Amino acid sequence: MSQYLIRRLLIAVPSLLGISIVLFTILALAPGDPFGELAMNPAVPPEVRAALREKFGLDDPVMVRYLRWLTAMFQGDWGFSFVSRMDVDTLILQRLPATLIVIGASQVLALLIALPVGIYAATRPYSIFDQVANTLAFIGFSLPTFFTGIVFILIFSITLDWLPFVYQSNINATGLAWYWGHIKQMIMPVAVLGLFQGASWTRFVRSAVLDVIRLDYVTTARAKGLAERVVVMKHIVRNALIPVVTLVALQMPAVFGGAIITEQIFRVPGIGSLLISSILANDTPVIMAVTFVFACLVILFNLIADILYGWLDPRISYR
Amino acid sequence: MAGEPMTEPLLAIHSLKTHFRTDDGMVRAVDGVDLTIERGEALGVVGESGCGKSVTALTVLKLIQMPPGRIVDGQILWQGRDLVSLDMGEMRKIRSKEIGIIFQEPMTSLNPVYTVGEQIAEVVRQHEPLTRREAMDKAVEMLRLVHIPTPERRVHDYPHQFSGGMRQRVMIAMALSCNPQLLIADEPTTALDVTIQAQILDLLEEMKERFGMAIMLITHDMGVIAESVQRVVVMYAGRVVEEASVDQLFDRPLHPYTQGLIRSIPRIDLAAEKKSRLEAIAGVVPSLLDPPAGCRFAERCAFATPECTNAMPELREIEPGHRVACIQY
Amino acid sequence: MAGSTPASLTVDPATGVPVAVKAKPKRVTPGREAWRRFRRHRLAVASAVILSVMILAVLFGPLVWRVQINEIDFSAMLEGPSLAHPLGTDDLGQDLLARMLYGGRISLAVGLTAMAVAVIVGTIVGAIAGVSRGSVDAGLMWLTDLFLSLPQVPLLLLIIYLFRDSLKEIAGPEVGMFILIVVVIGGFRWMPVARLVRAQFFSLREKEFVEAARALGASTPRQVIRHILPNALGPVIVAGTIDVAAAIITESTLSFLGLGFPPDIPTWGRILYDAKDYLDIAPHWAMFAGGAIFLAVLTINYIGDGLRDALDPRRVL
Repeated sequence: MSQYLIRRLLIAVPSLLGISIVLFTILALAPGDPFGELAMNPAVPPEVRAALREKFGLDDPVMVRYLRWLTAMFQGDWGFSFVSRMDVDTLILQRLPATLIVIGASQVLALLIALPVGIYAATRPYSIFDQVANTLAFIGFSLPTFFTGIVFILIFSITLDWLPFVYQSNINATGLAWYWGHIKQMIMPVAVLGLFQGASWTRFVRSAVLDVIRLDYVTTARAKGLAERVVVMKHIVRNALIPVVTLVALQMPAVFGGAIITEQIFRVPGIGSLLISSILANDTPVIMAVTFVFACLVILFNLIADILYGWLDPRISYR
Repeated sequence: MAGEPMTEPLLAIHSLKTHFRTDDGMVRAVDGVDLTIERGEALGVVGESGCGKSVTALTVLKLIQMPPGRIVDGQILWQGRDLVSLDMGEMRKIRSKEIGIIFQEPMTSLNPVYTVGEQIAEVVRQHEPLTRREAMDKAVEMLRLVHIPTPERRVHDYPHQFSGGMRQRVMIAMALSCNPQLLIADEPTTALDVTIQAQILDLLEEMKERFGMAIMLITHDMGVIAESVQRVVVMYAGRVVEEASVDQLFDRPLHPYTQGLIRSIPRIDLAAEKKSRLEAIAGVVPSLLDPPAGCRFAERCAFATPECTNAMPELREIEPGHRVACIQY
Repeated sequence: MAGSTPASLTVDPATGVPVAVKAKPKRVTPGREAWRRFRRHRLAVASAVILSVMILAVLFGPLVWRVQINEIDFSAMLEGPSLAHPLGTDDLGQDLLARMLYGGRISLAVGLTAMAVAVIVGTIVGAIAGVSRGSVDAGLMWLTDLFLSLPQVPLLLLIIYLFRDSLKEIAGPEVGMFILIVVVIGGFRWMPVARLVRAQFFSLREKEFVEAARALGASTPRQVIRHILPNALGPVIVAGTIDVAAAIITESTLSFLGLGFPPDIPTWGRILYDAKDYLDIAPHWAMFAGGAIFLAVLTINYIGDGLRDALDPRRVL
């Protein structure tokens, strides 16, 4: 198992490098060199501009520039945001928790929907429940998150006035009311993202369970005299989770994409809405850094999925 | 039943019908099967693939998928109790505890994510009040009985670390760990190499002597039948066509289908001296969707008369212990 | 059990409603058999009808509904549906039906063109990997895996941010944005097709008919075009269908974030973006635009599902 872990970690390094190369290539190919544009920015004081020119070494060979850029990225030396007037790494660290909370909570919600519904539907294929669940899942993942977000705001904020639709970092309350205020404003973003992911995962879970349910060892498990509940949980679901983990890992980039949009709609102060506002404000260092952070997060989650996979499937870690 | 408990067969199947609903219609996989197994007896069930022999076996333990499968008619008397009417809770107490089963594909019959020890211990703990520890010890003991070397170490291995023959041994250990009175072996050697096949058959023989259970050996291989059982049931298209002792069956096969089966056994002794061709039965098994009325073998049968297609022939006893379903007799 | 191994699921994560189809012994042509299976998926057939109506509407609708998309009428601002404006008006009193019909053309064109880009790139990458094997194959598959793990939306936003101005200068605001969006969306969605095509190569290249073609001296490009690609067509069509839906969503997302087409080109996503600030007084505005995106995506996904049943029978569970 530890050998497997080390191998997965070693595989993560080239993908991180690969992503950094893609990112750097985009930046290098971009017309009007963003690094140069940065140094030309009239808002930058002359001495900072000079320092930047020197730091980026705009006239060095591509390889040297890439390596210098990469070292700077890994040292957390991400530059200075001229719009927010603070270091980019500080800015991102401020914004990251909100993003992680929204993503984390929505994934938990998605799993809470997908696992029971997918399993129940697959154990009764073509029943009414299955057909309803299937149709809802289809609708759920065909609904773009930005539209669901708007519909939610329309229903729960405007019509019913239950939930606030603009996120506030500073809630004027103390104790329980403070917590409740935070939870209330998290409900809609988390629900939008969680329902979307839950819908597509329901389909994965259902199809994975259907794949496993007709395998010989399930018949063996029934022949043992086990209760149906034990057969399903111990012998079917446990095995069906293996492909589901892979699919969920493949979905991670899409999850982050959805998070950006959700944050933007509900004005959640995470790195997603930071990315959009930076793009609208031409704040290049922040745009680059946020993209890089998203890339790292995707790789991190893939690594977690790999670890789960190795833990779920003994055949993998022995290979 | 109380009057003659000793003569009551271990398992008596009467006119069992298991049908499957499909998009194209009702598939009559098992369509009126009769057979009995006595205590400690080895019964062979033989027939081509798709003749309903495996479905019969699965029906006994109610392991067919319901739906689309359904037991339409008949009785499965297990020591006098009708399993057909038993609820699932009662049925579960019989599975593995009283009737064990092993399958054709040892490669896929074990769950890949649990160690073999866990899987054997799971059965034991399901039916006996043992601690995890004691169940594991029982698993080691069972693995030793089926001749798996260094069982105390192998018990912690996963199925993919075993060869096909070894996995079938594990399956046998698992099926016998609660000491059932009947072991159903559904094509236990079909997926294995020839040399391994013999070893598994020997092991079954040895286990039968040690535990004294009855065996229902399902196979399409007449060679396996000749070696391993005392009594044979021949099935064709969802029905029993002949039932006899092994000696009777090979000496005097009555049903034209059985005769064909026996003729189609490859024989090295004959092939060597004369360049005799391997005989095959002409034609194919009829569709079990709306099968023809009358004898289902009629359209492939060399002796068929117009009368054959009128009514389904019933099993009739021709000599003691030898029954056949054919209007010739 | 062929084709029902859990691993087969990983081929295309966006899909997979299993529908049991029994193999029929009757001999029929593959096309007719596919049509028969497609027809059995009633929701897919209904979706095909709805989508066709939508396509016809955006193609020919503007010929019938001759209201200009930029006809500003301050006397009819933010009105709900009426006879004069069947879908209501926006904040400038522009007719929403006209704008929706026009925007639908762009949204659907983006979807189809981006799908074409994805399928072409994917087929080329997959074919090269399948033909060459060895280190080229390994390198291309590493690239495919890398692209699968890229955070697409951030990169998409980054690329559009960096390149939009120069492309606008070269090709004009509309065409420039169209090219950029289509290329970028297609460039991030070719991976499933590449994997499918490569997998087809590996499973097909040892089959008898390809062997026979090789023995008869068919050249590699000829083998690829005549014998291997047609066999890979089914799964690729299914993946391509899903790509159309994904591209429509992506374009709408970009427009919704204000980073897609300029305000004077009312794609559905752009209309929704403009509408979201008037949710309280003119909800119909957002609902029609969002509903159109949803309906297009839903029907395309259902058609993809039906096509899978029809064209990719090995994936049947």
